[in-house]
Amino acid sequence: MIWNVPFITVALLIAIGLYAVMFKRNLIKIAIGITIIESGVNLFLITLGYRKGGVAPIYTNLPSGVTPQQMVLPVPQALTLTSIVIGVAVLALMLSFIMKMYQHNKSLDSHSRRLKG
Amino acid sequence: MNDETNDGRMSIIVRTIATMMLPFILIFSFYVIMHGHLTPGGGFQGGAIAASAIVMMIAAYGHKMMEKRISEDGLSMVESVGAAIFAVVAFIGVIMAASFMYNFLVGTPLFGETPPFGSNPGILNSGGVLPILNIAVGMKVIGGLAAVVLIMALAGDKEGDKK
Amino acid sequence: MIYNEAIPAILIGLPLLAAFITPIINLASRKARNAFVIAVLAIEELLIILLAWHVFTDGIVIYTMGAKNPGIVPLQAAVPIRIVLEIDGMAAFMGLISCTVAMAAGIYSISFIKEGNGKSRYYTLLLIMLAGMLGMEFTGDLFNLFVFLEILSIASCGLIAYRQHADAVEGAFKYLVVSNIAALFVLFAIALFYAQYDLLNIAAIAKVMQYTQLDKIALVLLVAAFAMKCGSVPMHFWAPDSYSTAPAAITAMLVAASQASLYALFRVCFTLYGSLMDYQTIGLAIIIFGLLSMFIGVTMALPQKDIKRLMAYHAISQTGYMLLGVGVGLYLLGSSDFNVYGIKAMEGGIFHIINHAMYKGLLFLTAGAIYYRLGTRNLNEMGGLGHTMKFTSIFFIIGALAIAGIPPFNGFASKLLIYEACYKVSPILSIVAMLVSVLTLASFIKVFHSAFMGPKMHDVKDVKEVPKSMLVGMAVLTFVIIFFGLFPGWVVSHIVHPAVMALVDKTAYINAVMGG
Repeated sequence: MIWNVPFITVALLIAIGLYAVMFKRNLIKIAIGITIIESGVNLFLITLGYRKGGVAPIYTNLPSGVTPQQMVLPVPQALTLTSIVIGVAVLALMLSFIMKMYQHNKSLDSHSRRLKG
Repeated sequence: MNDETNDGRMSIIVRTIATMMLPFILIFSFYVIMHGHLTPGGGFQGGAIAASAIVMMIAAYGHKMMEKRISEDGLSMVESVGAAIFAVVAFIGVIMAASFMYNFLVGTPLFGETPPFGSNPGILNSGGVLPILNIAVGMKVIGGLAAVVLIMALAGDKEGDKK
Repeated sequence: MIYNEAIPAILIGLPLLAAFITPIINLASRKARNAFVIAVLAIEELLIILLAWHVFTDGIVIYTMGAKNPGIVPLQAAVPIRIVLEIDGMAAFMGLISCTVAMAAGIYSISFIKEGNGKSRYYTLLLIMLAGMLGMEFTGDLFNLFVFLEILSIASCGLIAYRQHADAVEGAFKYLVVSNIAALFVLFAIALFYAQYDLLNIAAIAKVMQYTQLDKIALVLLVAAFAMKCGSVPMHFWAPDSYSTAPAAITAMLVAASQASLYALFRVCFTLYGSLMDYQTIGLAIIIFGLLSMFIGVTMALPQKDIKRLMAYHAISQTGYMLLGVGVGLYLLGSSDFNVYGIKAMEGGIFHIINHAMYKGLLFLTAGAIYYRLGTRNLNEMGGLGHTMKFTSIFFIIGALAIAGIPPFNGFASKLLIYEACYKVSPILSIVAMLVSVLTLASFIKVFHSAFMGPKMHDVKDVKEVPKSMLVGMAVLTFVIIFFGLFPGWVVSHIVHPAVMALVDKTAYINAVMGG
């Protein structure tokens, strides 16, 4: 069914992200992988909130002929926004760590690590 | 572009357009922040727009030039003050009224009006503590995002020097 | 009184507010900033003791954010609206751990962290970390749990990388990747719940839980995520790296932080699913996680030369004891044996959480004291420190004996409970637990011998005792260890038992929010 496309995309995004995190050696690619997983989860959340023919839940802006029952629940959108904000913070922190590690190691390869055993 | 001679600046066309666009972007961001309780948007979105204006200026003029205008300490301070305002507003709810984050401004002249029911554009002077929280979040996001970009630009600079 | 009622919100809000005032006070004076931070941490400790006393005597405390009457949850068609804080015995118990460790770490940091540009930010992040831990423990809302989990992990990563050594940044990066993936798993599980029940409140979901196929997927995601965050064995690889490279005070905080994840794991298993799920299988899985963590942790610890890395492996091994104790409880849940020794096993596991936070925190702080004076964590470069660092060596002995489970200290009390209860289930569990305990003692004897005993090494001759604030920080934890070791019966019956009962009694947790 065409309505399942978002969910299939979610599964694909999470699988691709996990693959990148687990099997890629480049640190930037690991960061990208995490961002892809996050996009998958966000897409899942936002898909849950979709309602056909729904309108924005603002009482004073209700178009004529639309009942309040047709308004969508804003909670999934709020959850997604929060998760995006957190994602920005995590990504910024992760990239600054990668920059620091590049300065020290002169390499982005995760196998050139120092802590072993 | 040759970064060596130009100090990381872009061409004069880009710089002029960036300077011209700056006030409009900032005004739009303040609109988004102030109307957060009426329209889509709010503190984070507005703050991100304002921070992108700062990023645009860094890109156009180079971070060395911008470092003189905006300091990273100042941005951090803006961020701290924004967060502190948020927490203080939450605590006033405990001290003056019922509970943490209680909307104690409803019914007062400051942001206290109730919009009428039915189709209308809404009243700016409503929403209780929400506009204040939006402004606080906006300050925090402007400070935080701009500081992150500035620090990253400066760190990349140091890295170039080492090579 | 209204302020008395508002303690849960103040406990989470005060560190957040203080975190952002700290840089402003820093502009005025550094001493004022130190005093401010310590005062905030002391107030937190006082408030959590008040709150815990209240919870242990009167039962579950509810606080609804932003409501006119925060003690009552506004319900609309069986959906609790607003964010609800729900503090039961277990949450209050975990809050006690977090606040105590944070206070010790805060005092210790006054002289441990050298003055510089970053120190006010260090305290900011420390306070945010405390707020994140308390938030995770107190919240009654799943999404709020996710937010605090992320706050906690971002703040801890910033602190692990505080010194900006290449090693520290690498440890922080590993921790960030692991904890972020774990947090995204948690978010996905939350979305699965929301898709089915349109609810986010833990108690409300627990009430209507059907245990469908999707719930099973969510359970697997949640258990995997929290096991990853608490450093149990299959996902333990981040723990030695980030524990050993963080500043010592932060390592002590990280121990408490991973226990907050452990709390979330128990909360999910017992309250959210409880007897609905196949608790024997999950219990068995947790027991196996526990056994593996115990054994692999301790065997990896034995050959280590880096003192903090060695202790980090022991932290993994000790986490195994907690998982073992609580896993045995989960395995027996609902059977007639539960009341006989299932509860005892859980008491042992839960008691071990607080004991571990105290002695492991203390051991990491002593390792930090050695690092502060010598500038090295390598055991081969130490020797004869007992001659000059007398107090530090006494604290180390107490911590080492406690972790090995030697009678007068608190580790013995909780380990004995675990041995007794596990023996009834299968003698093998107890044998492994005792063997691990012996190996723990062996490896700490090695550390004690090479660091504190022997003649003074010529290049470490001029070391002095560490500054007073660091000693006070260690003394706080030592006091708790000795107190728990001398009065284990009182502690178990007054603090641990209510926490265990709160975990087991799912209906009380649900009824506190949903009513009757």
